[in-house]
Amino acid sequence: MRSGAELAVVEMAAGVVLAGAVLALWRKDLRALISLLGLQGAALATLAAALCVHDRDIGLGVVAGVVLLAKGLAIPGLLARVVRADPGSRETAPLVNVPASLVAAAVLVVLSYLVADPLTAVFPDPLTRLAPLGLATVLVGLFVLVTRRKAVSQIVGLLLVDNGVALVAFLLTAGVPLLVELGASLDVLLVVVVLQVLATTMRARFGHVDLDQLRELHD
Amino acid sequence: MLLLTVLAVPLAAGALAAALPWRRAVGWAMVLANAAVLALGIALAVQADRRQVATGLDGALRADALSAFMVVVIGAISLLASIQSVRYLAVEIARGEHGARHASLYSLLVQVFVACMLAAVLSANLGALWVAVEATTIATTFLVGHRRSDKALEASWKYVLICSVGIALAFLGTVLVYFAALHVPGHAAGASVLDWTSLMRASHRLDPAVVRLAMALLVLGYGTKVGLAPMHSWLPDAHSQAPAPVSALMSGVLLTVAFYALLRFKAVADGTLGPGFTRTLLVIVGLASLLVAASLLLTQHDVKRMLAYHSIEHMGLIALGAAAGTTLAVAAVLLHILGHGLAKAVLFLASGEILIEEGTSEIDEIPALLSRRPLLGGIFGLGLVALLGLPPFSLFVSELNMVRGELAVGLGWAAGLSLLSMAVIFAAVMAHGRHLLLGGSDRSPSATTRLVGIPLAGGLVLCAALGLSAWPLQPLLYAAARVVVR
Repeated sequence: MRSGAELAVVEMAAGVVLAGAVLALWRKDLRALISLLGLQGAALATLAAALCVHDRDIGLGVVAGVVLLAKGLAIPGLLARVVRADPGSRETAPLVNVPASLVAAAVLVVLSYLVADPLTAVFPDPLTRLAPLGLATVLVGLFVLVTRRKAVSQIVGLLLVDNGVALVAFLLTAGVPLLVELGASLDVLLVVVVLQVLATTMRARFGHVDLDQLRELHD
Repeated sequence: MLLLTVLAVPLAAGALAAALPWRRAVGWAMVLANAAVLALGIALAVQADRRQVATGLDGALRADALSAFMVVVIGAISLLASIQSVRYLAVEIARGEHGARHASLYSLLVQVFVACMLAAVLSANLGALWVAVEATTIATTFLVGHRRSDKALEASWKYVLICSVGIALAFLGTVLVYFAALHVPGHAAGASVLDWTSLMRASHRLDPAVVRLAMALLVLGYGTKVGLAPMHSWLPDAHSQAPAPVSALMSGVLLTVAFYALLRFKAVADGTLGPGFTRTLLVIVGLASLLVAASLLLTQHDVKRMLAYHSIEHMGLIALGAAAGTTLAVAAVLLHILGHGLAKAVLFLASGEILIEEGTSEIDEIPALLSRRPLLGGIFGLGLVALLGLPPFSLFVSELNMVRGELAVGLGWAAGLSLLSMAVIFAAVMAHGRHLLLGGSDRSPSATTRLVGIPLAGGLVLCAALGLSAWPLQPLLYAAARVVVR
């Protein structure tokens, strides 16, 4: 029932979101990671806009605008402020090196197809069939979270998870109800503001934002 | 109207605190507002007892017996916490640790935090519930870091990052439930699909495979905010670093507000899958939490960290009780939520007072509390007795009934394991408690201010009264349990 140009746009955008996540495993330059997040945000907004045209749903148009502003512009902008104070900062020592990370990403993509099998089996729909891409983005985000040690990388991991969830939501249900979507976007934006403030304070206090060196609290 | 007032009162108080320069009177205004929340909660509970479901804001807010009960819990504990906040802020300002502006900001954030928890339990829509739970994380982050030490900063970072990841997974679970509900044939589309009432109506027709995946994500995701293993690692740090009144709120109610979300989703999933699937998930996370608490409690040196691990234990017990899922067991879970909330709040507030008076919360450095500060030491000791589940406190009754519920559904082995880890925890806490309360010291005794003594003793008396007779609450507990038990 869904076909034509809109579907092509949706497929392309979903692919861009996952590609952005995988590229995030490859790049160590923190500024490049932030641009990748901006790219994902733009892809998600495009996807919402395509769904808006296809479903003739004004609400989705609003959502597309909000996503573009929040995920495409505001969040990368906030993160850029953390990195700007420390130019040339890189993810120096991820716990897993890049080639191994990329292999892991491949495994995670396969895994997400397996996990999403019940969804695609029960409701075969061109959009539902793309849902594993969103799940894979979530899993790659979790992988970034556990293997990267820089504060900014960890925020990036969180946002990859979040973008993956947003992608699944658009593909499966054309987004959650408008008010919930607005509330959720606001929450995510505020979380990033909070994390940005914390990262900036940590830099001022410790002169770095390397979480490996924050080890006062543990059992 | 009533429901809107419940949300508006704490927010208005917060706005007042932000607008006025901080004085003790402003702190007492917060106390008054939280007392009003408690009173409104009791009014809602009385309404719910007459089988009236209050709604507000065009049906966006809804208070059945379960919501009303949670409002009572939130009101009671924020009342206790806000009284201690007056003391905490006065001391911090007198010592020059913080300016008056910080006190205003603190009061504002605490009130927003309370309002977010209220919004979570009053939301008719399970998506809005998620938004409110996530908002509690945001409101509390700067409260955790309020003391602005290095440790507090690290704790708040861990807190916001881990909880946000967890809650993102819970959002994915919510999306999957929405997806399943949208595909129920003949089910009305639109924003109301995620409403609790329409989900419950449709629950037996949801796709089981999708709901299984959703429930796994929801248990993991909301479980993070509950402090259930394996996503508990933020909890000891955040609860030990936050100022005592904030720890009391976070440990006493925020954890169980997140658990409330799980209770709601469990009811939906049970309609689709039968009780078995969610029971298995809850047993796994519950036992894992008990194991974590039992193995790490003995090695703690800090009073507040000890209490934090104790919270993980109690959340594990609650998860097991909910896993049993009979009306009796869920009523016991709810009583445990209230009893644990009261006892844990009293203990955290007492530990805040210990920190103020002794300058440290290291267990080794504060021996013989009972002889040096009889009132404070007595409160702390009785609080520990309550938390260990000894009579006459209500935790004894609720733990007993949770175990009875577990036995009734063939979870006797899990109940046995939980009793075993409780025995280990009992021994560990007794070892810490004996040193803390009785150990030897040659310092001379000193008195405790009435501002601290009266409310904390009141909390303990209430907890004990509920243990002797849950009579005034019994109909409410059962009505609330029946909301989520089929």
